[in-house]
Amino acid sequence: MSDPKDQKVDITVDFSGGLEILFSNQKHHALSVPAQDSEGKPANVGFLIKYLCQTLMTDPRADLFVLGDELRPGILCLINECDWELEEEDAYVLQPGDNILFISTLHGG
Amino acid sequence: MNSGETSSSQNGSNSSVPRDTSCPLTEEELDRYSRQMIVPGMGKEAQLRLLNAKVLIIGAGGLGCPAAQYLAGAGIGTIGLVDGDVVERSNLHRQVGHSTSRIGQPKVSSLMTHLKGLNPLPNYVAHECHITPLNAADLVAPYDLILDCTDNPATRYLISDVCVLLEKPLVSAASVQTSGQIIVLNCPPTPQGQLEGGPYPPCYRCCFKKPPPANAQLSCGEAGILGPVVGLMGVAQAGEAIKILASALHASPSKKGTPRHPVEPTLLLYSYSLTSFLSPFTFRALKMAPRKKNCFACGEGSQARLTLEGLKRGEPDYEFFCGGLGSGPGQGVLSAEERISPREFVETVQQHGKEEGKGKYVVLDTREKEHFSFGSIEGAVNVPFGKLLSKAAQMKRSGETPEVEDILPPEVKIEDSGGDENVPIYVVCRRGLDSQEAVEKLKEMGLDRGGKRKIVDIAGGMKAWKEQVDPSFPYL
Repeated sequence: MSDPKDQKVDITVDFSGGLEILFSNQKHHALSVPAQDSEGKPANVGFLIKYLCQTLMTDPRADLFVLGDELRPGILCLINECDWELEEEDAYVLQPGDNILFISTLHGG
Repeated sequence: MNSGETSSSQNGSNSSVPRDTSCPLTEEELDRYSRQMIVPGMGKEAQLRLLNAKVLIIGAGGLGCPAAQYLAGAGIGTIGLVDGDVVERSNLHRQVGHSTSRIGQPKVSSLMTHLKGLNPLPNYVAHECHITPLNAADLVAPYDLILDCTDNPATRYLISDVCVLLEKPLVSAASVQTSGQIIVLNCPPTPQGQLEGGPYPPCYRCCFKKPPPANAQLSCGEAGILGPVVGLMGVAQAGEAIKILASALHASPSKKGTPRHPVEPTLLLYSYSLTSFLSPFTFRALKMAPRKKNCFACGEGSQARLTLEGLKRGEPDYEFFCGGLGSGPGQGVLSAEERISPREFVETVQQHGKEEGKGKYVVLDTREKEHFSFGSIEGAVNVPFGKLLSKAAQMKRSGETPEVEDILPPEVKIEDSGGDENVPIYVVCRRGLDSQEAVEKLKEMGLDRGGKRKIVDIAGGMKAWKEQVDPSFPYL
């Protein structure tokens, strides 16, 4: 067995509604993320959000994605096509094969 | 949201008298609606429900036009239209219920002209005004079902709140650039604050608790919109409306506590990429949570927070909640020395350069490349704002001392003579906001060499350039 610190979990992350501009204009990302956070706890969606800011975000306007440590208002997070409020929100522990979708709510018409 | 008079003009028969459901349809109706009536699940009863239904379409734009067309075609008995704007030429690529010959006309009357040509039988009601907290309840009350086809968050929260208060189902859609969203809310309509015996359907606030900050709100006018994207969402709204009305989902559920229909709130997302042929997805159906206990509008104790009387007193304050109307262009952070008007730029900087054969300078245009592709100030180089910020952040992370060349395209060479006469940089954007931030960012990076290089904002952007210098400039 490898060191648990080096273990990864393979997931896909999608951005929509304009958020993709912060992530090299790419809507779909296949990622291998650490299976544990720095404290050795299983990686959850809250960890993923910070991880995305640190590693995947190419645009420095982080405030378009997070405010403080939280997802900014007006962004929905969907875990395997379900509103994260149906799961455990940012405490949901990432599972291999998960799809995490971030969408900015739209208002134009 | 302007307050406006509600001008209702009824025409045709008064459809507030429901038809006798045993009464046969007229010869014309039988013919006109035959193809939809024979669809499995429709039949005479469903068609009669449509003929007796009253639908209010709020917004006669990119969503409202296609939605209204299909509802009119389907024979909805009464169709109300709310909009206070007039038709503009830049609307027509997507707002297909208007026409070139009706530019300048109120959108409501323009769309009504189109709908009557399509189907003269429905009763069309014109409301040539914007929906406001003052008129919202009066506008919404007479109708069975509401379509939110508007274009800003403050109005969307208002419409949802009124639909909660008056127990109306709401079909809400929105679209910008290449993305669209649609969701059916408050259907079947459920009394405000009722939670026991649920789950009950969510309202707009249950799904979208807080609006995005004003700087993250994209409008179609600012960010652009593709016609078919918003059109699809509008057509889908009509589809949902017909489904709800034909199956009588709009009739209030029994108030004993059990909804008659399972609640499966779904947000349909449509998104594609213009630049990637194989985009990862186009349609996605996302499962949303039901009515929330802590929802401001429909949750526990909401009757004390949100009332029809409160709305008229200005509570809640929708504009404040949604971050005001956004900071307009022209407001900024720079001092007078750091800004130059387009006219002054032409008269001093450009002329000076021509006369003396020197006066080298760089014009840095921070608009998106799509805007830049239509034209720019002579000799301008394009570094889109987002890219500029990314480059600046990258430099900061690497710890290197930034040089001007690092942020400019590689083909641009800067020949600084050294000393106090470094090549100045003039920054321009679309309307004069990003450029000011860019000036600050460049100075923060130390590119002004402690004041030895002028970095100046061309005030008011290419919009002001068109007004002051070149009226034929293709400003978009």
